Amino acid sequence: MTATHEAASVTAKAAPSISQRRRRSKLGNAWRGFVKAPTSAKFGMLIIALYVIAAIFAPIIAPHGQAEVIGPGYQPWSWQYFMGTDQLGRDLFSRLIYGARNTVGVAFLTTMLSFALGGSLGLLAAIAKGWTDQILSRIVDALMAIPVLIFALLLLSIFGTSVIKMVLVMAVLDSTRVFRLTRAVSQSIVVMDYVEAARLRGEKLPWIMRREILPNIMAPLVAEFGLRFCFVFLTISALSFLGLGLQPPTADWGSMVYENKMLITVGRLTPLLPAGAIALLTVGVNFVVDWFLHKTSGLKE
Amino acid sequence: MNDNARPSGAAGSGRTKGDVLLEIRDLKIEGESDEVWRPIIKGVDLTLKRGEVLGLIGESGAGKSTMGLAAMGYARAGCRISGGGVVFDGIDLLAASIEERRRLRGTRIAYVAQSAAASFNPAHQLMDQTIETEMRQGKRSRTEAEKDAIELYRRLRLPNPQEIGFRYPHQVSGGQLQRAMTAMAMTCRPDLIIFDEPTTALDVTTQVEVLAAIRDIVEQFHTAAIYITHDLAVVAQMADRIKVLRYGQSVEEAPTREMLASPREEYTKSLWSVRKLGKQEQAAGEAVLQVKNVTAAYGNAVRVLADVTVTVPRGRTVAVVGESGSGKSTLARVITGLLPPSAGEIVFNGKVLPPALKDRDAETLRRIQMIYQMPDTALNPRQTVYEVIGRPIEFYRGLTGAKKEARITELMNLIEMDDSYVDRFPGELSGGQKQRICIARALAAEPELIICDEVTSALDQIVQEGILQLLMRLQRELNVSYLFITHDIATVRAISDEIVVMYQGRVVQQGPKTQVLSPPHPPYTELLLSSVPEMDPDWLTNLLARRKVQPAAMKAGDR
Repeated sequence: MTATHEAASVTAKAAPSISQRRRRSKLGNAWRGFVKAPTSAKFGMLIIALYVIAAIFAPIIAPHGQAEVIGPGYQPWSWQYFMGTDQLGRDLFSRLIYGARNTVGVAFLTTMLSFALGGSLGLLAAIAKGWTDQILSRIVDALMAIPVLIFALLLLSIFGTSVIKMVLVMAVLDSTRVFRLTRAVSQSIVVMDYVEAARLRGEKLPWIMRREILPNIMAPLVAEFGLRFCFVFLTISALSFLGLGLQPPTADWGSMVYENKMLITVGRLTPLLPAGAIALLTVGVNFVVDWFLHKTSGLKE
Repeated sequence: MNDNARPSGAAGSGRTKGDVLLEIRDLKIEGESDEVWRPIIKGVDLTLKRGEVLGLIGESGAGKSTMGLAAMGYARAGCRISGGGVVFDGIDLLAASIEERRRLRGTRIAYVAQSAAASFNPAHQLMDQTIETEMRQGKRSRTEAEKDAIELYRRLRLPNPQEIGFRYPHQVSGGQLQRAMTAMAMTCRPDLIIFDEPTTALDVTTQVEVLAAIRDIVEQFHTAAIYITHDLAVVAQMADRIKVLRYGQSVEEAPTREMLASPREEYTKSLWSVRKLGKQEQAAGEAVLQVKNVTAAYGNAVRVLADVTVTVPRGRTVAVVGESGSGKSTLARVITGLLPPSAGEIVFNGKVLPPALKDRDAETLRRIQMIYQMPDTALNPRQTVYEVIGRPIEFYRGLTGAKKEARITELMNLIEMDDSYVDRFPGELSGGQKQRICIARALAAEPELIICDEVTSALDQIVQEGILQLLMRLQRELNVSYLFITHDIATVRAISDEIVVMYQGRVVQQGPKTQVLSPPHPPYTELLLSSVPEMDPDWLTNLLARRKVQPAAMKAGDR
């Protein structure tokens, strides 16, 4: 046994070892995948990259602070006020950039949390079956029976409004949808022979969830992530619009629409800017998700 | 009745051969993958006379099905006919308009697919689907069409021809469904039928029924047929002429008897030799596994195993045979602990095993490994070969890094594959290679017993032979025991030391191979053994003649 080991490790030194070859081909595949991506996906990636840069470097890019009053309210677009000012005389361009950080950041965090929660419970329900599945599914059914926005309003009025509480409430409510999807797609994977083989090997639950099932349900989950992210984003904006989301003076695209809604009546486009920012990101994310879906389904053939 | 219609069996010297019905000249078909068109069929000629049956054989990927579809002037999605000509009864199918081709299909050309279960619409009764084409053409009234369908059911020897048409697809067996599909193809009395592996998915005992039915009806209506299969013994019963395909090219073509007696090409000879694989039976020694009086049931109601006792000696192969539903696979589930038995016990290496999987320790699990029927579903499509084989090494032996890689290389050598395959995903491997990886995964655990659940039935004959030889070599080198579940008697002959025959959850016969395979047999063993097609073209004719004399054996298989 040891003799063969030595012999094998000698040959491994001569040629590039298995693990070296594997790393190289993975990087290469990722790059080739990007180059072959359609224009729409590249456009989507560009948008997402721009938003991410704006969110990370907001204090550097923005000419003013998000709460800083720089002039009279409702100024039109001009060289001095690039995109005009809002009702309190704050720079709208700066607030848009900070809004990327606040709204997108919070929405991303919320969606991640809801996927972690709903995804793992959904996997658990699909694998464990029986009572675990029944209990989890009924709880989810009960939560889903109440409209999200109304339920969120209710909970936030009870617990009070803070960013953390909002993230948690939204994540829990949203995880119900993720749970349902994950459970449904996992159920068709759980019955596969390779999952049985893993169980026969004596693998524990976390391994089966993470290594055997999760990679096979990634495609629908990622697609759902794109959609969910947009929904969460819109819900947070809606909550902010209603005054229960991010609290002033924090810049948030939803509340920015609300604050400047007056201007529509006088024919100015300013309130459409934050709305447009929301729409553009939604489109960008979905372009990328579509491409990813197409790519993964192509791999199966 | 066969004897009258056909005095000298399948080679069909009693038939009147007509003029040429179908002529395929230098056909080229390409398939698209990764935005590149690659040739699938590389210039094949084919001529079929009226009333003649042509057998098309070859391994999977040889282009058999593609040829069959091309005979209808059809190319599957992602394929295109790039050259050559298909002339059916004077009509150039490739030049004909789509409407013209559609008019021919289902009226003068019909197609019988491999999986009848997947081809019938589960929401409609068989009768509605059988006569659908006729109804759409409006040539006959509904009552007339139904009467004719019932007549066809009767001729195909379906039980209860009067009422079987009013059942839904899930209410009849696979063999009956396949015959119903043949009836559907026959309703318009086509000049040409294409049978694409119509019996591949069936048990041997059912296969005989379907083969006999198809052969009779094709003969009665003087229909020409292209019979596609990878099973030589089957094609020997059905075809007047055999054409061998490989890699989209014609290898050789000859009348059935001539081809069977003296194949010309090397490749054809190799196809023939597969069935000659054999193993010298070895005497049993100490037992690795003993299944003692096991009874098992799903839920509370359905009992699938009744008082089953099986012993597997160390370093030997015990074959468990029986048709589907006989409890073979359930036996495997009980041994592995996936289905705890309701009575009886499993003794492994002299120790009684805990009945449920979750109560067994890793060391026990390591010693019993399993290889599955479908390598496609037994390998995680998102794990590379490296991960698939590496995991048990890491899990049971705790090896990582260079040691793990060395062991992977060693295992790859053991299954006769190059270690450059380790980066591949299962989707990038052929069926035989996938099954080899499954074997390597089982071997990685260094087991004492491997349960092989129909491991070769999803593979071509040549690939099958390779896998069986590999398993036999591994047994010699590693002294591992096999519990080999199969319904294929040829495989059993090839590799087993002992045989267990199961029927409806009970063991009907067991013992050393030579003893079980030599007469006298219990009735069920007799039925099972006699249903395995042989290369002799007169086999089916003789068998049916024999069974007519002994209707009891037939009855047991009539489902």
